[in-house]
Amino acid sequence: MTLKSTAFRREREATWVELEDLVTRVEHKGLACLDEAELTRLPTLYRATLSSLSVARAISLDKALVGYLEALSARAYVAVYSTRRRFGPALSDFFLRRFPGAVRQAWAPLVLVTLVLALGIATGWAVVAADPERFYDFVQADYAQGRDPASSTRSLRASLYDTDHEGGALAAFSSFLFTHNARIGLLCLALGAVAGLPVFLLMFTNGLLLGAFSALFAGRGLGLDFWGWVLPHGVTELLALLLCGAAGLALGRAVVFPGRLSRLDELARAGRAVAPIGVGAVGLFFEAGLIEGVFRQTVTDLGVRWTVALATATLWGWYFLRFGRAAR
Amino acid sequence: MSRKSPASAPATTGADPRRARVLLTPEGVPLTFTLAARGDRLVALGLDLLIVVGAPILLFVLIYFGLAALYGGGLEWSLALVLLVVFLFRTFYFTLFELRWQGQTPGKRKVGLRVVDRRGGPLTGDAIFVRNVTRELELFVPLAALTQPEALYPGSAGLGALFAILWLLVLACLPLWNRDSLRLGDLAAGTMVVETPKAVLLDDLASAPEAPARPFALRPAEAPEVTFTSEQLDHYGIYELQVLEDLLRRDDPDPEALAVVAGKVQRKIGWDPAAAIPPEPFLRAFYKAQRARLEHKLLLGQRQERKRA
Repeated sequence: MTLKSTAFRREREATWVELEDLVTRVEHKGLACLDEAELTRLPTLYRATLSSLSVARAISLDKALVGYLEALSARAYVAVYSTRRRFGPALSDFFLRRFPGAVRQAWAPLVLVTLVLALGIATGWAVVAADPERFYDFVQADYAQGRDPASSTRSLRASLYDTDHEGGALAAFSSFLFTHNARIGLLCLALGAVAGLPVFLLMFTNGLLLGAFSALFAGRGLGLDFWGWVLPHGVTELLALLLCGAAGLALGRAVVFPGRLSRLDELARAGRAVAPIGVGAVGLFFEAGLIEGVFRQTVTDLGVRWTVALATATLWGWYFLRFGRAAR
Repeated sequence: MSRKSPASAPATTGADPRRARVLLTPEGVPLTFTLAARGDRLVALGLDLLIVVGAPILLFVLIYFGLAALYGGGLEWSLALVLLVVFLFRTFYFTLFELRWQGQTPGKRKVGLRVVDRRGGPLTGDAIFVRNVTRELELFVPLAALTQPEALYPGSAGLGALFAILWLLVLACLPLWNRDSLRLGDLAAGTMVVETPKAVLLDDLASAPEAPARPFALRPAEAPEVTFTSEQLDHYGIYELQVLEDLLRRDDPDPEALAVVAGKVQRKIGWDPAAAIPPEPFLRAFYKAQRARLEHKLLLGQRQERKRA
C-alpha cells in the first residue's frame, strides 16, 4: 500500500531537488552564476514548488516534508523576488526618470523647506545688519575662523579670494566637504522619520548662518563678492540639502498624518517613495564638493564665479522641469 | 514534548511560534519565516562594523605607504581618498551588499539572517537604501553623542546634550520595544529581518523500505505484517502523529523510550499483547497506518487535530 502523500512526493521530488540546487547556487554566488536556461527555469520551479507546498499542506501529514517545502519555498522566494537589474540601464533610468520623478512628487515639502531656509537667511541677515554684534549669537567662533565683525575689510576680502593650487590639498578638501555635507544631508533625511520637526530646525539654523555671514560681508561692501563665493557650489549644495530636507519632511508627514493607511504602512510607503531623492542628493553633494573644493579655490574672477552659479542654477532648473514627468 | 501545535491552518515547523511570521507571497501562498533573534542581529552588526571600520584603516595604511614609496609623500592624496572611502563605505556598505546578496551583508550571511519585505512583496532597492540610510542616525550619531556630547550640541553641554543622548538612545533601543524587533530603518522601509530558512529533505517514514542501520533491528523482509482495524486508528490525531514522527526521526532513538511509547499506544488502541512485536517495527507500522488513515480523513474534509478524550 502506498500513501497518496507518498506518491505525491515521488512525483514531485525531482522538481524540488532541482530548485534547491539552483537556489543554493544563487545564495552563494548570486544570480549572475545562472545561465539563460536556468534563469528562466527558476521562476517556473519556484511556482511549481509553491503549488507543491499548498498541496502538501492540504493532503500530507509528513511534518518534515511540509517543513522542507516551506523552507525551500521561502529561500526560492527571496531569490526570485530580489532586485536584479543591470547597472547601466538602472543608472540611466534612475537619473532620467526616478530621481526627478521623486523630486516632483515631493514638491510641497520642497517648497516648505525652501521657505524655512529663506526665512532663516532673512532673519540672520536682518538681525546682524541691524546690530553686527549679534553675529556672535549665530556663528560659533571656530566656524567663523576669524571672519567676524572684528576683522578688517581687507582680511574679509582675502578670505573670499584665498587660493590654493596644490592638487593633493584640493582633493582632500573636496572630499572632506563632500563627505561632511552628504552626511548632514542624509542625517536630515533620516531625521524625518522621527516626525520631521528637527528638519525645520536644521534648515532654519543653516539659514541663520548664511544670513549672518552675508550681512557681515554686505556691511563692508562685499555682498556681491560673498555671494559669488558661495553660490557656484552653493546652488548645488543648497539644492541637495533642500532635497534631503524635503524628503525628511515627507517622511515626517507620513508619521504625523498617515491618512488612510496605518502609520507604519504609510511610513514604509513614504520611505520608499523618497529613497531616490536621498540617492540623487548624494550625487549632488559630490558635485558641490568638487566645485567648492577645486573650482572655488582656483578661480577668483568674480564674473566667472557668477557665470558658473547661474549656469548651475539653470541646469538644475531645466533638469527637474524637463525630466521625470512620466513617473507615476 | 510539550510543544503546542499551532492551531492555524499552515502548520509551522519553526522552533518558536512566537517568532513565526507569515508573509503572503505575490502568488497568494502564505510562507512562514522565523524572525531573527535580537542577539543574532547584534552579532551580525558587530561583524559588519568590524569590516566598516577596519577596511578603511587598512586601505589608508596601504595607500599611505604605497604613495610614500612611489613619490616620497602624498599624505594629502591618501587623506582625500580615505575620507571619501570611509564615507562611501559607511553609507553604502550595507546598501550595496544587501542589493547584491538579496538582503544579506557579510555579517548577516555569517549569522544566517536576511532582510525581507514585511508585506511579502519583492525587496526593492529603494527599501534597502532607506533602511540603511537611517543607520547614521541610529548608530553613528548615538555613539558620537555618548563619547563626546560637545560635538553634537556645541555650546550647550549639560541639559541639551543629555536630552540629545536620551533621544538618540531611544532610537537605538527601538528594536527592543516592538514585537517584530524593527529598527527605525525597518519601519521606514517596510522591511524586517528573518532567519535564513534551512531544511533538508528527509526520507518519507511511510515509504522507507530500506533496512535500518541498526544490526539487531528486523529487516523489512522479515518484518511481520502488522495490520490495524479502523477503530484502532481512530484514537489519535495529527498532533500525536507528528510527535511520533519526531521520535522515529531521531538519529538514535532511545530503545526504552520506544518501548514506553509502544506500550502506551498498544494500551490505548487495545492491541492484543499476544502478538509480540518489537517496539520500533510496531511504531513504524503504526505510524504508516495512522498517517494513511488521517490523510484519508483529511481528503474527506475531516481534520482531526488531537486525540479523542
